[in-house]
Amino acid sequence: MSGTLDVVLRLVAVLVAFLVLPLVVGQTEHKVMAHMQGRLGPMYAGGFHGWAQLVADGVKFAQKEDVVPAGADRRVFQLAPAVSLLPYLLVLIAIPVGPNGLVGQAIDAGLFFVLAVMGVGVLGSIMAGWASANKFSLLGGLRTAAQLMAYELPMLLAAGSVAMAAGTISLPGIVQAFHWWWIPWQLIGGLVFFTAGLAELQRPPFDMPVADSEIIFGAYTEYTGLRFALFLLAEYAGIVVLCALTTVLFLGGWHGPLSGSFGWLWTLVKTALLAFVVIWLRVTYPRLREDQLQKLAWTVLIPLGLAQIALTGIVKVVIS
Amino acid sequence: MATVASADAVGGVRGAADAYLAAGYYHAYSVVGLVAVVGVLFVAVAFAAGHLLRPVVPTREKMLTYECGVDPVGEGWAQTQIRYYVYSFLYVIFAVDAIYLFPWATVFAAPGFGGTTLVEMFVFIGFLAVGLLYAWKKGVLEWT
Repeated sequence: MSGTLDVVLRLVAVLVAFLVLPLVVGQTEHKVMAHMQGRLGPMYAGGFHGWAQLVADGVKFAQKEDVVPAGADRRVFQLAPAVSLLPYLLVLIAIPVGPNGLVGQAIDAGLFFVLAVMGVGVLGSIMAGWASANKFSLLGGLRTAAQLMAYELPMLLAAGSVAMAAGTISLPGIVQAFHWWWIPWQLIGGLVFFTAGLAELQRPPFDMPVADSEIIFGAYTEYTGLRFALFLLAEYAGIVVLCALTTVLFLGGWHGPLSGSFGWLWTLVKTALLAFVVIWLRVTYPRLREDQLQKLAWTVLIPLGLAQIALTGIVKVVIS
Repeated sequence: MATVASADAVGGVRGAADAYLAAGYYHAYSVVGLVAVVGVLFVAVAFAAGHLLRPVVPTREKMLTYECGVDPVGEGWAQTQIRYYVYSFLYVIFAVDAIYLFPWATVFAAPGFGGTTLVEMFVFIGFLAVGLLYAWKKGVLEWT
């Protein structure tokens, strides 16, 4: 019976993390962006520095009318937000937080599983773009697809390099095998992985699929209320997942002083720092053009990824 | 990890240990399946609650495609030149290659392989690099 309780606890923990962490990142984005731009950001909701702003937003979204355009492909249109959100929930269960089995569920082929499932989320955007019966949405959906095609490969190569270094594709196994000198060794791979992840999440400077000055809001143009909120939640859940994965693969996850008892804290701190960088990049860089994005992926990131694999291979064979 | 340890505890009976490992494998993915169920329930509850909370006041104007704020002209599923199709071909080719990287990555540095697998790796990377260079030279990575 304790086995069942254990599983239920893990499920609840993952669901809570999935619902709370994206909101924390979202609120941080409000405040960090505001301060970087010389504003205050939300100050009213909840009293203390507008901490309840996103809760208020959620309440507002839930009360809004759910409009499905008459010309849209109704079923696909309605399902799309769920398809784009749920993969990130699935990924969260495989991410190790601390040593000694502090992970939702250790999966043998964790790295493979995580990369495969993350790619599914993009289907939601494509479904939304196609089903909206809106020219701009269609363009946005196609851009999303093209972006995934371009950036999945450098991501795979960078992740493959870490798997080579660790000699395993289990995520807890990879963190277990980590040494501090992996950070300079896997630096290129880490940068490639993080950049490619940003592009996959359609975060600035890679946000052409939702470029408001070109195609209104891309695949999400026709959405209102709750379904729109789910798309936004998917974006922020994606940030959490990407930062946590980069932490686990390239920054040593729970490793740090006192990792025995505070390992989970190290994972969270590193993830939070990376999330801050994601927000920082949004404030700093202008949006790339669509063809510049493709060019960056195919002529810079993929060669860099291949170079990282070569470097990893040589060093690993020499030291073993 | 725990699976391996407990498989040892079973007592070295090979068949039993294998069965135990398989059980661990299915256990891991059944938990993943449960997470999927939780996720579907979450979305279903959210949609159902939204259904109860929100107003439903459709009008003809509201049901028009929003597009960019101006009344839409022509069909929503407009014909467009999908210039990304070349990339998708490239992607399929390279991604299929990249999948082979993962099983290889777990064993390539094992004792007895060393130099051989390193040569293999460079052959592999060489193939990918030549393919990429070819595509580059052909000009499919640029638009104009």
